[in-house]
Amino acid sequence: MTDSRPVLTMTGISKSFPGVRALHDVNFRLFPGEVHALMGENGAGKSTLIKVLTGVYDTDEGTITLDGEPVSFSGPMRATAAGVSTVFQEVNLCTNLSVAENIFIGREPRVFGAVRWGEVRRRARALLARLDLDLDVSAPLGSYSLAIQQMVAIARAIDIQARVLILDEPTSSLDAGEVAQLFRIMRQLRDEGIAILFVTHFLDQVYEIADRITVLRNGGLVGEYLTTELPQLSLVEKMIGKELDVLEGIEEHSRRDLAALEEGTPLVAVSNVGRAGAVEPFSLTIHAGEVVGLAGLLGSGRTEVARLLFGADRTDGGQVAVDGTASSLRTPAQAIDHGVGFCSENRRAEGIVADLSVRENMILAMQAARGWLRPIPRRRQDELVDKYVKALNIRPADPEVPVRNLSGGNQQKVLLARWLITEPRLLILDEPTRGIDIGAKTEIQKLVTQLSDGGMAVLFISAELEEVLRLSHKVAVMRDRQMVAQLANDDSLDADRIMQTIASGSHREEADR
Amino acid sequence: MTTGSLTAGRARFRLPRRQIPVLATLALLLVMYGIGVSQYTAFSNVQVIFNVFIDNGFLLVVAIGMTFVILTGGIDLSVGSVVAMTAMVSAWLLQEGLPAALVLVIALLIGPTLGLLMGCAIHFFEIQPFIVTLAGMFFARGMCTFISGSSIPITDGFWTRMSQERIGDPRGNFVSISVLIAFVVVLVAAYTLAYTRLGRNVYAIGGNPQSALLMGLPVGRTRIAVYTISGLCSAIGGILLSFYTLSGAPLIAVGMELDVIAAVVIGGTVLTGGSGYVFGTVLGVLVLGVIQTLITFDGSLNSWWTKIVIGGLLFAFILLQRLIGIRYK
Repeated sequence: MTDSRPVLTMTGISKSFPGVRALHDVNFRLFPGEVHALMGENGAGKSTLIKVLTGVYDTDEGTITLDGEPVSFSGPMRATAAGVSTVFQEVNLCTNLSVAENIFIGREPRVFGAVRWGEVRRRARALLARLDLDLDVSAPLGSYSLAIQQMVAIARAIDIQARVLILDEPTSSLDAGEVAQLFRIMRQLRDEGIAILFVTHFLDQVYEIADRITVLRNGGLVGEYLTTELPQLSLVEKMIGKELDVLEGIEEHSRRDLAALEEGTPLVAVSNVGRAGAVEPFSLTIHAGEVVGLAGLLGSGRTEVARLLFGADRTDGGQVAVDGTASSLRTPAQAIDHGVGFCSENRRAEGIVADLSVRENMILAMQAARGWLRPIPRRRQDELVDKYVKALNIRPADPEVPVRNLSGGNQQKVLLARWLITEPRLLILDEPTRGIDIGAKTEIQKLVTQLSDGGMAVLFISAELEEVLRLSHKVAVMRDRQMVAQLANDDSLDADRIMQTIASGSHREEADR
Repeated sequence: MTTGSLTAGRARFRLPRRQIPVLATLALLLVMYGIGVSQYTAFSNVQVIFNVFIDNGFLLVVAIGMTFVILTGGIDLSVGSVVAMTAMVSAWLLQEGLPAALVLVIALLIGPTLGLLMGCAIHFFEIQPFIVTLAGMFFARGMCTFISGSSIPITDGFWTRMSQERIGDPRGNFVSISVLIAFVVVLVAAYTLAYTRLGRNVYAIGGNPQSALLMGLPVGRTRIAVYTISGLCSAIGGILLSFYTLSGAPLIAVGMELDVIAAVVIGGTVLTGGSGYVFGTVLGVLVLGVIQTLITFDGSLNSWWTKIVIGGLLFAFILLQRLIGIRYK
C-alpha cells in the first residue's frame, strides 16, 4: 500500500492570516491507495491545509507536488481538473436538480452546445453502479437522504479521474449504517488506487478505516504515523498536547443521589406531550440541579423532544407544569419567560449569526428577554461578555471579531454563553459537543457539571453514550420516536445497558418511571 | 445495512412535484376558458385566443426574461420602465428621421446594456437585486420623460407594416407579427433553459448559489447573463409594444413589472429560484389575458376586477407552492 511513491506531497507549508499563524512548516504526503486521516483539534490547521492544497488559499511558503510535478492551483476547479477532488462536510450540491445533473453539471456531454440528457443519465447510472448505489438518477437530489446526497457528491468528485479524494468531515451528520456504507465506498475507491485524505473528529472511525494518520497541532506538524502503530490514547495526547488529566477530572463527577434531587416540586414537569409525526406522547420531570441525559440514535426523536420543551414546535396535547403550576410552553418566547434556554444542534443554521461579533451574538438572547426597547448598556454588555469569554475560554478572546472567524468549538461556546447570560433555570443542550475537538468538549462537559451543581437544570442530548453517562443523573432513552425508558444513573447503568434499551425498547425499566 | 435498504425507496415521493404548479395553472386556464365558452357564445371563436396572444405578446416576451431572473432567485423591477424607454427611444429616433433598421438596432441594445450594468452591480458589489433594479426602474422611467414629456406618434412605414400585417388562415382568424416573434422568443428560451449549460447553471444557482460556486459553475457570469437576458427581452417587448401602439409614451407600461412577476409566479416559477418552466410562464400570461377577456366580455364589470382576481390568484398560487413544499432543502 505504501510501496509506491507519494502521489501528493506538501513540503514546508506556511500560511499566515493577519494576527494568526495558521500553518507553520507543515509537511504532508499522500500515497496512492491509502486512506490517510488528518487529525487535530479545531484550529489546528486542518481546514487551512486543505484549502491551501485545493487552491482556495495561496501558500506563503512551501511547495506542493502532484506526481512529482510542482503545482499551484488557483482554485478548487483547477485542483479538481488536475485530479484533486474535495467533498465537504456540508453537501454542496443543488437539491432542486436531478441526481444525474448534480453529478455532471458543468461538464455535461454535449452536442453542438446542447446537453445530451440521455447520455448524462446513462453515465450517471454507470458511475453510481460502480459505487454500488441504485438510485433513480432522474429524481431530484432533495428526495434522497443526506447520506445518499453525500455519496452523490463523492460520485461527482471521482468522475473526473480523481487520483486524490479529500473528504472533509463527511460523517458528521450520518448515522452508523450510513457511515458503514460510506466506508464501504471509501475502501473500494482505495483499492482502485485512489488516495483518500479523510478528516474526522470520530476516533473510532479513524481506527476503522485509516491506514495512516497525520497529526497537526496549533498550525504545526506533530507527526505522521501508521494507524497500527499509534494507540488511540497516544493519538489523543498528540492532538491535544497535554496529558489526559482533564478528561479524568470530570470522570468522577459525583453521582449525586437522584432521590434527594427529585424531592420537592419539579422545575418542569410534562405529561403526555407529543406531536404527531415527530414524537409519541411522553412524560418527563426535570428538577433544579438535575442533568437529564437524552440518549438515542440519530432520528430517534431526541431533537423533537427538545423542540417541544422549548415551544419551538406545538404539542398536540398533554400538560405542562412549571414550578408545580400548570402553564404552557407554546412559543419560544413563553419558554424563555419561564427560564428555558435552548442551544440548537444545528448551530450554523439556527444558532450563530455568523456576521455578528462574539459580543453581539452573546447578548442576543438577553436582549430578546428584556425586550428590544430596553437596550443593555454597553458597559454591562462588556462586563458580561468578558466574564463568559474568560469562563468558557473562548479563543480568540476578542469580543469584537465576527463569529464566522471562530472555530466550531468556539462558536459552540459563544452559543452557550448566549444562553448562560440569561441565567436560565433549564438549559437544553442539543448535541453541544458534536464536531468539536476534545479540548473544547471537555470544557463544555465540565461546565455542564458546574452549572448543575449551581442549581441549573440541564437537558443534555448527545449521541455519545459515554458523555451522557458521565454527566447525567437520569437518562431518558429514545427509540423510534418514543421515549422508551428513563433510567436512574446509578452504578448499575452503563453504556451497554443503554444500548440494549435502545435496541430492544426494554419494558423492565419502564417500571422505573 | 444493505445497499438495498439504504437506497431503494428512499426517494420520498414519486409524483412530479415540481410540475404540480404548472399543472394547476393549466387546469385553471382550462376552467376559465370553459366558463367563458359556456357563458358567451362568441368566446369559442378561435380568434378570441389569438387576440389574447396579440394583446399580450409583449407581456409574454418580458415575462420570459423575468423567468430567467426569478429562476436564479433574483428579481428585475426595471422591466416595465425599460419597455417604455425602448418604445420611447424608437419613436423619438424615428421622428428624428433615422432609418428603421438603425433604430431597431439601437433600441435593442439599450435594454441589454442596462441589464448588463445592473447584473454587474448585483454581482460585483453584492447589492440586492431588488434595490439595483429599482434604481434601474427609476432611471429608465426618468429617461422616458427626459426624451419627451408627451406621447410621440410613429408614422414610419416599417413600423406601420409590422403593426398592421395579419397572418391568418382562410377562415379569417389571424395573429400579428408580434405573436410570431413572441413564439420564437419562447422557443429559444425553453431550449436555452433545458439544453444549454447557461440554462442549467440558472437552475443550479437558484437551487443553491453557494453549492453552485463550489461545484465550479460560473455563478457571476450566469447572474450577469440573466439580467442582460431580461434587459434584452424587455427591449424586444418594448419594440413589440411600439408596433402595437404605434407610439412611444412616457407613462406607458407603468407597473407592468408587477404584472410580469405575477404572470411568472402564477405560471409556477418559485420566487426563491431553482424551479419553474418557460411553458408555465406562457400559461401564466394566458391566465392574465383570459381574465381580461372574460371581464371585457362581461361588459358590466370594471377593469379593476382584473387586478382583484390577479391578486387572489397570486395569493392562492404562492400558498400552493408553500403547501407542496417545493423548496426542499
